[in-house]
Amino acid sequence: MNEEFSPTQNRRDFLKNTAVVAGITVVPGVLLYTGSMAHQPENAVTSDRRWGMLIDTTKCTSGCDACVNACIEEHGLTEEVRAEVKPQWIRKVGLRDKQTGKEHSLPMMCQHCEKPPCVDVCPTGASFKRADGIVLVDRHICIGCRYCMMSCPYKARSFVHETLENQKPHSPRGKGTVEACNLCVYRVDKGLNPACVEACEKDGQKAMLFGDLNDPNSEIHKRLKEIGSTALRADMRLNPGIRYQGL
Amino acid sequence: MKKVNFCVIEGKSAGFYGGIVISTLMILLGLFAAYNMEHHGHIITGMNNQIVWGMPHIFAIFLILAASGVLNVASISSVFRKVFYHPLARLSALLAITLLLGGLSVLVLDLGRPDRIVVAMTSYNFKSIFAWNIVLYNGFLVVCAIYLWFMMERRMQRYYPTVGLIAFIWRLILTTGTGSIFGFLVAREAYHTAVMAPLFIALSLALGLAVFLIVLFIDDCSEKQCSLGEGVLHRPKTLLGVFIGAVFYFVLVYHISHLYFTGRHGVEYFILAGSGIYTVLFWGGYFFLGTILPLLLLYHERFSHSHVSIVAASFLTLLGGFALLYVIIIGGQAYPLEIFPGMEVISSGFFDQAKIHSYIPSGWEIMLGMSGIGISALLTVLALRILPFMPSSLADSEIEEAFRC
Repeated sequence: MNEEFSPTQNRRDFLKNTAVVAGITVVPGVLLYTGSMAHQPENAVTSDRRWGMLIDTTKCTSGCDACVNACIEEHGLTEEVRAEVKPQWIRKVGLRDKQTGKEHSLPMMCQHCEKPPCVDVCPTGASFKRADGIVLVDRHICIGCRYCMMSCPYKARSFVHETLENQKPHSPRGKGTVEACNLCVYRVDKGLNPACVEACEKDGQKAMLFGDLNDPNSEIHKRLKEIGSTALRADMRLNPGIRYQGL
Repeated sequence: MKKVNFCVIEGKSAGFYGGIVISTLMILLGLFAAYNMEHHGHIITGMNNQIVWGMPHIFAIFLILAASGVLNVASISSVFRKVFYHPLARLSALLAITLLLGGLSVLVLDLGRPDRIVVAMTSYNFKSIFAWNIVLYNGFLVVCAIYLWFMMERRMQRYYPTVGLIAFIWRLILTTGTGSIFGFLVAREAYHTAVMAPLFIALSLALGLAVFLIVLFIDDCSEKQCSLGEGVLHRPKTLLGVFIGAVFYFVLVYHISHLYFTGRHGVEYFILAGSGIYTVLFWGGYFFLGTILPLLLLYHERFSHSHVSIVAASFLTLLGGFALLYVIIIGGQAYPLEIFPGMEVISSGFFDQAKIHSYIPSGWEIMLGMSGIGISALLTVLALRILPFMPSSLADSEIEEAFRC
């Protein structure tokens, strides 16, 4: 075998092979990234919408936990731990009017404030509000300082105190970070109702109405225009997206 | 003014080695606690979804306040030009750094995700007082380090009063920021008041000076024959009394203003007359042991001339400050949030009907908190061994020229 050595040929081959390998490596990633970033304009999250909920406390009954159970199922909040550290994204609360003695039952969750104190105090910006009013926690930059829990007037947030197992892929959680009701944002983005609202409709008392507060044609907008709703701790002027009827 | 000689500590005494062993042990126990808290989660602590901040936060804030306050001596020397304090200024700035590092270590190790400390340093929400504090704490370390350098470097001596002034202003802002962490919490009745900032400033001045006097006493008496002069301890002791009085004044303003607001009578009754642990700690811990008793030791003719009573008063000031922080931080969370004004909560899946939220600190939390003190102590002892922070003698005769000024 007497092959003649050619440095020019070798360099050309090397460059050609490198270009092919680089192309194979990089192009799919670029295409995938471009594809994932390509939002259709009609699906983009904008402040034209503001998602909210109206809860009719005259319909909600004290024995019904359909919304709570649906939330536990939807987000996999199934860990068996003592009650003080168990995460609560939504809870049922029973109330009695101190003056009249009238009793109420209602679900309580993150109120998705227009001016959320949890977002104000978060040092890293992990607590944030989407343009459409849904308040979320970015679990990638939450450092677990719990200042948002200190600041929330509704005690709506929980800290993950323990190692988690069997997480739901659509609702990732993380030990050492803070979490709260996310209004089932991935369902809302697909045009569905949050799991609690769906359960209340199906198995409960049809006490929860979800929709776009800004849309004059939405049912929630019309109902809020008709009836006198209550914002919890309205004195704080946080303008929550969750409103209560009959309270 | 007589020239003051500075020296490193000998580092041969039993006290030196004992200090190193004990503080190292405290640090190791704290790291073990932090490892377990990260491995198993905060479920092993007494903190929960109702009492969100617990014992580690009390230790951390205690050390951070003391760090800011311990700079008193250096500030009096360089800002207020009282040259009597000049020989002690180096130690004062050193302690400010070591105490802050101890406090911050506890705060970071208690995070749910301490591994994301880089995120806290790179991703800022500038509306958050917590984010401001991260900047203020890091800045304070840098300013104090420069301050120390200028004090110790002959060529930089003429600039050091300027850096001293910057450090003085910086630490006032820093303590304002620490107090505002609570003052800005609109939802909780026990917090949400602007008086938190000056209260924390006054508390930092008292805690810092108390720590300084104790360190001075321990350092001097563990190394050699106790040569600590009357003047060296007695001048700052009067100031300590003034600071204890200032803390009491702001505590009084805090409670009187709360008692004036009808909506806050509940939380005031809970703290001042609720007969729980918080009432005991407030009246017994803060008021009697941390205010009345040290003032008696510092000002009563029978005790005020003794070294021991000054050091005892300093210890009691620290004890009282710790008790006050416990009442503020834990007590403020133990009293339930009023989410439904005008309504009585009759049932809840999340303790809304609780009259008081309970909290029992776990051993892990105490171990982690104590490690902050260990870190501060170890760093201080090592720094004193390596660089000349201490005057060669603390006897009045040695610094009498300075004393006269």
